[in-house]
Amino acid sequence: MPAVAIRAYTATTAVGRGNGALAEALRTRRGGLRRNDFGPDRLDCWIGRVDGLEEHALPAQLARWECRNNRLAWMALQQDGVLQAVAQVRERHGAERVAVVMGTSTASIGASEEAYTRLVGEPGQQRFAPDLDRPIVHTPHSLGDFVRAATDLRGPCITVATACSSSAKVFAQAARLIQSGVVDAALVGGVDTLCGSVLFGFNALQLVSPDPCRPFDQTRVGLSLGEAGGFAVLERPGQDDTGLQLRGYGESSDAHHMSAPHPEGLGARLAMGDALARAGIQPEQLDYLNLHGTATPANDSIEAAAVAAMFGPGLHASSTKGWTGHTLGAAGIVESVIALLALEHGELPGILNSSRPDPACGPQIRFDNARRRIDYAMNNSFGFGGNNASLVFGRA
Amino acid sequence: MTSTMLAASVAGIGYWGNGLPSWEAARAYLADGSLVPDPPRRPSPQLLAPNERRRAPETVAVALEVAMAACAAAGRDPASLPSVFASTHGDLSITDYMCSTLVDEPRTISPTRFHNSVHNAAAGYWTIGAGAMAPATAISAFDATFAQGLLEAMVQVASGSDAVLLVAYDSTASGPLALTSPSQGLLGGALVLVREHLPGRPRLVVGLHEAGQGNGVTPAGALATLAKGNAMTPMLPLFEALGGAGTRAHLFAGPGRILEVGIATH
Repeated sequence: MPAVAIRAYTATTAVGRGNGALAEALRTRRGGLRRNDFGPDRLDCWIGRVDGLEEHALPAQLARWECRNNRLAWMALQQDGVLQAVAQVRERHGAERVAVVMGTSTASIGASEEAYTRLVGEPGQQRFAPDLDRPIVHTPHSLGDFVRAATDLRGPCITVATACSSSAKVFAQAARLIQSGVVDAALVGGVDTLCGSVLFGFNALQLVSPDPCRPFDQTRVGLSLGEAGGFAVLERPGQDDTGLQLRGYGESSDAHHMSAPHPEGLGARLAMGDALARAGIQPEQLDYLNLHGTATPANDSIEAAAVAAMFGPGLHASSTKGWTGHTLGAAGIVESVIALLALEHGELPGILNSSRPDPACGPQIRFDNARRRIDYAMNNSFGFGGNNASLVFGRA
Repeated sequence: MTSTMLAASVAGIGYWGNGLPSWEAARAYLADGSLVPDPPRRPSPQLLAPNERRRAPETVAVALEVAMAACAAAGRDPASLPSVFASTHGDLSITDYMCSTLVDEPRTISPTRFHNSVHNAAAGYWTIGAGAMAPATAISAFDATFAQGLLEAMVQVASGSDAVLLVAYDSTASGPLALTSPSQGLLGGALVLVREHLPGRPRLVVGLHEAGQGNGVTPAGALATLAKGNAMTPMLPLFEALGGAGTRAHLFAGPGRILEVGIATH
């Protein structure tokens, strides 16, 4: 596929705001998980919570979109020159020629949950309190519509909600919009915030670890949930372009089960294979792979086996969910940002909290950090419904 | 700057709405106002096992029904098609269940209802039922959902896919959520879009434009009177044009934006 230039990128996670905090936490192996202190009924688990959201209301002109998820979107948008890069592509191409493609799993369902805790009116005729009677925050497009309003972009505006692959798929969709000539640039990203639905939902599926998650460790028992937001500004590259690029994407479906991965990882292999093919590179050319690596018993052994079958021993593959928790619909953008940081700075993260590799782990799965210049990095994001996406990043 | 135009042919159409349980029924209604006697209240998609047909969320049932019908009309193997699932709200009754259960007894949330609460639940059941390992996506754009979903499907055709399945649907809201995010009844529509010209089949040419004087959304017609109140009614101008030999439909594509769809039959 034609390469797509990445003009700016950022992620805000439990380890802090923006790329500086993320790179520093990865380099020093300082994780962001804490004992669950979210909400009134606290499951015994660890979470990746972003500090400061409670104190940072949206600006008055964006009050219509007020909710925890859009607060995190707003906080993340201010980092690492994203808004400046948006202004530049808007200036170059016109607001109509820049798309907004956002990914989220639960959008701002936290606002709907809150509305149900303080309904007004007689029993049987109860309704949302006036401050939460705002339709836009009770629908999946809350995030996309907020980012459109916050950036004044007027191109296609869409929210992708394919569970935990959402904000990886936004890169693929934006690449197609640029390739087909509908737009010249796109603001992509993803945001998901902690809420009762995901904490108690994953708990019901018995997928939540009581301790900080241990990706690819043989003693792992489940995931740690986290919240995060991130963005990237994509543009059709010019003749003598330099810098980071999206080089390939691969998407697939497991066609197997709503909440369990394909036992042989067929969907994952299809997605990784298609991403390499679109990038026009061989498996041995890939240097770093940020794995989905949720630390659930099923995901990690299947993903490790798929990686061992596809790649040689020289690949450095790791899951960074020990730092951030599983940020669900934001995992795609957060871990793409980590892949881009690896390309830019040569710091390859290992795995946090884990020490005993699962028997399925090949030599690719690395628990320790490494430092070297790399040329190609991949990110895997897999979601419920058997929805898979892999992205390949490189540089011009 | 001028808008890029994208083209694809409509190889097959699926439809399910209140009182109109198929595209044939919708076309007959558009032609002469005739209605199906005793129409079913909810679809019974054959792609699911019999016990799953009854248990599946309404959104999944209607999405799979119209998707299957569009593939059959197009003569395409469902397993072979990449798909775009477009829904304004996803399953509002599951959202109501999740929110009310979290207030009362959060530790009793049903694991099945939780995994069915994802916006791509219908896409997931479709790929599982059809054995489709092709890419599937699930999108929303509030009241511009259908236009943005159609645009994404057309973009997939323009950037390399020979054929794409587009499925659009919304369902009934329940509980306190229904007053803030209203949607009534079940409505679904599906198109199999292909790159090649197909003799006798409609060819769509779409472009995104600024809304303005003399360039507004095509008003809802006959189908909308039966589907009134459903959140997916913004798709109806296109289905009315396709069913009634119309030549254009202007769809709401976001604040101040219109997706212009030209329809030609060769």
